[in-house]
Amino acid sequence: MSDAVLTIENLAIALPKGADRPLAVAGVNLELHAGKVTCLIGESGSGKSLVARAILGLLPAPHVRVADGRILFEGADLARAKPAEMRAIRGARIAMIFQEPMTALNPLHTIGRQIDEVLRIHTSLPRAQRLARVVELLESVNLPEPARMLRSFPHQLSGGQRQRAMIAMALALKPRLLIADEPTTALDVTTQAQILQLIRDLQREHGTAVLFITHDFGVVADIADSVAVLQKGDLVEQGSAAQVLGRPVHAYTQALIAAVPKLAAPAAQPPSTAPFILQARDVEKTYGARGLFGGNATKALNRVCIELRRGETLGLVGESGSGKSTLARAVTRLMTVNDGEILISGRDIARMTRSQLRPMRKRVQMVFQDPYGSLDPRQRVVDIIAEGPIIHGTDPQAARKEACELLALVGLDPSAAQRFAHEFSGGQRQRIGIARALALRPELLVADEPVSALDVSVQAQVLALLADIKTRLQLSMLFVTHDLRVALQVCDRIAVMQKGEVVEVAPTSAIYGNPQHPYTKALFAAVPGAHWQDRLTQETMAS
Amino acid sequence: MRAGFARFARNRLALFGAVVLLLVLVLVVSAPLAYPNNPFQLVGKPLQPPGGAFLLGTDTLGRDVAAGIAYGSRTSMLIGLSATLAAIGIGILVGGIAGYYRGRVELVLMRVTEFFQTIPAFVLAILIVAVLSPSVPSEIIAIAAVSWPGIARLVRGEFVALGGREFVLACAGLGASDLRIIFRHLLPNCLPPIIAVGSLLIGTAILIEAGLAFLGLGDPNVMSWGLIISAGRAVLRQAWWIATFPGIAILLTVLGVNLVGDGLGEVLNPRLRNR
Repeated sequence: MSDAVLTIENLAIALPKGADRPLAVAGVNLELHAGKVTCLIGESGSGKSLVARAILGLLPAPHVRVADGRILFEGADLARAKPAEMRAIRGARIAMIFQEPMTALNPLHTIGRQIDEVLRIHTSLPRAQRLARVVELLESVNLPEPARMLRSFPHQLSGGQRQRAMIAMALALKPRLLIADEPTTALDVTTQAQILQLIRDLQREHGTAVLFITHDFGVVADIADSVAVLQKGDLVEQGSAAQVLGRPVHAYTQALIAAVPKLAAPAAQPPSTAPFILQARDVEKTYGARGLFGGNATKALNRVCIELRRGETLGLVGESGSGKSTLARAVTRLMTVNDGEILISGRDIARMTRSQLRPMRKRVQMVFQDPYGSLDPRQRVVDIIAEGPIIHGTDPQAARKEACELLALVGLDPSAAQRFAHEFSGGQRQRIGIARALALRPELLVADEPVSALDVSVQAQVLALLADIKTRLQLSMLFVTHDLRVALQVCDRIAVMQKGEVVEVAPTSAIYGNPQHPYTKALFAAVPGAHWQDRLTQETMAS
Repeated sequence: MRAGFARFARNRLALFGAVVLLLVLVLVVSAPLAYPNNPFQLVGKPLQPPGGAFLLGTDTLGRDVAAGIAYGSRTSMLIGLSATLAAIGIGILVGGIAGYYRGRVELVLMRVTEFFQTIPAFVLAILIVAVLSPSVPSEIIAIAAVSWPGIARLVRGEFVALGGREFVLACAGLGASDLRIIFRHLLPNCLPPIIAVGSLLIGTAILIEAGLAFLGLGDPNVMSWGLIISAGRAVLRQAWWIATFPGIAILLTVLGVNLVGDGLGEVLNPRLRNR
């Protein structure tokens, strides 16, 4: 095709010696067309971000460099362009937006000044015209009160507003190509939907080619015209969005798509009548407002009430800052609350002393979000898992033996016992974290975003493991997540939290089929790629 | 471990420092073998220049300078090491408690730490030795008392940073006691910077000891480098060797300690690893 803005031919990027493979990517061929969004999708470590950096000449040279191939843009080969030539292209002809807008913006300069800087460097417009253009740009990305935004500092904006400012900056010079590296990953789902819409609108309006890098198939379904799938540096499949998402050919693509949880409710279950294992009544928690100068107090939990019956899984969903993690930590008494009762099997742990709490600790265990931060880097896996039982008086020998059996239960090889946490992948670490929680034979498992940091295929495995363990050990589970697909898959009932309050609690099938609260409706509406899987199932059934 | 050693050995300066320290250690061990007599004993005519009957000459009273330096290395090392260990112990205790419990405890402990840091270290050391009467134990106490605040601040910072990590929360969730969390999880994870900074402290401790001995605040019955320099000071122009050789010994030892400390810091600090 002739309207290709950028053509990547046979690109290979070399990694330094001692990396897990010699080439980060090899033999990548990709064409980006004007007015089209091309999604580059892959799991962590697939090399997708390096491709983007290679286009901009931002590889961390000399360790990582383009080993072979050409990157053709407006008749020039970017792989061999001089730094001075690249500087003229970057920002003006090719722009980039990043995952975390807070780190990509300079915290000491106002938004207006930073956008103005782009214009000052690349154009010779007089000051007044530049100012007018900045205001116009801020309006075009739907930022409220552009005049005020102009004088705001990055920390005064919300995450979504910062990303809008980044987009305004990227589009300031009407680039022909926009590279977006996971631009919505750090955002809440409702904000993500808005930003995706914005990118789509602006790109249509200006005829910009977009290279959109993501790991999320839902986002791909929402925004992509064409899709390229990267597996460990190999481009295994590419084609139009409908083709790749609807009829994937390569086994890896098929496996990835199959691993995405369906946005569909399970069949309605009769309500459980088992006794309550957890009841939280009117729990209140306030942060801040301490120290010499006071400051504003934020209510993280405002008269929150939840109930969980034995054997049940209750999902806590909500956006960041809704208080769902705070509630998880309150329930495990990793944090004290200001007011209210938290009953575990009828006993209030909110006001227990340390010694009273000790036996209760065994009954409630937690699985954490961050697979890298939640394991002590200086302990062997066997000691990490055996620690709980040893604390509670089990003979260390017996506890270690049991730890090795637990490793088998969570699907790890017994040889893992003598190794350290850093030798494992994210998914394996999460399995170790689950084994640690299970070592005390808890009745209630509190899982705080246990799969959020994992790739989609690994995520599916860990969710399957949790489901298996839950039925086998007859656990009750409080499952905190921001991902509605995951929540629908694992939970019996779902509690929706917003700004420290539970706004709706209902059985999973009911909340999906008939959400009551406006916020719940908004959440479901914002899930990226909400219906492509339905279409997919319908198509396969029809054919 | 082996990789760490290789990385250390790649740093030429650190390797040089390690060789110097090794030689000092040889001196420490071999002093009684090479010089069986008391270093305070008068062995020949006073003020003999080096290279004669005595390798490094004799001092104003006819004592062997080389024997003095050999025995002085024992004093320097003894005081340097024990004062540093004591300082690290106090530093970990104060910094650890402040960093783990935070709040009012932290406020009080860190203000005390800053109080110690505002007084010039050497003046405070002189004061403490003067009060306690000059002896090896009081020198150790004095040096430890002026060296711990740095360690305390370091440990506090590390504890605060580690305290927010999920593995510490996970451990609290298992029902672990504070002591278990501190000693099993927090301390091992902040050991590398403590070792790196602690090894640098040894150098400072040796310098303070030499300074105290020079001012006559060392133990008068224990041979020390500062003491020899102090004795040779009056005759510097007639007998340069008395003050010069122990001076060189101090210079080399402290240099060696600092180079090794820097090398360790580089090996143990992951942020500097890939330089």
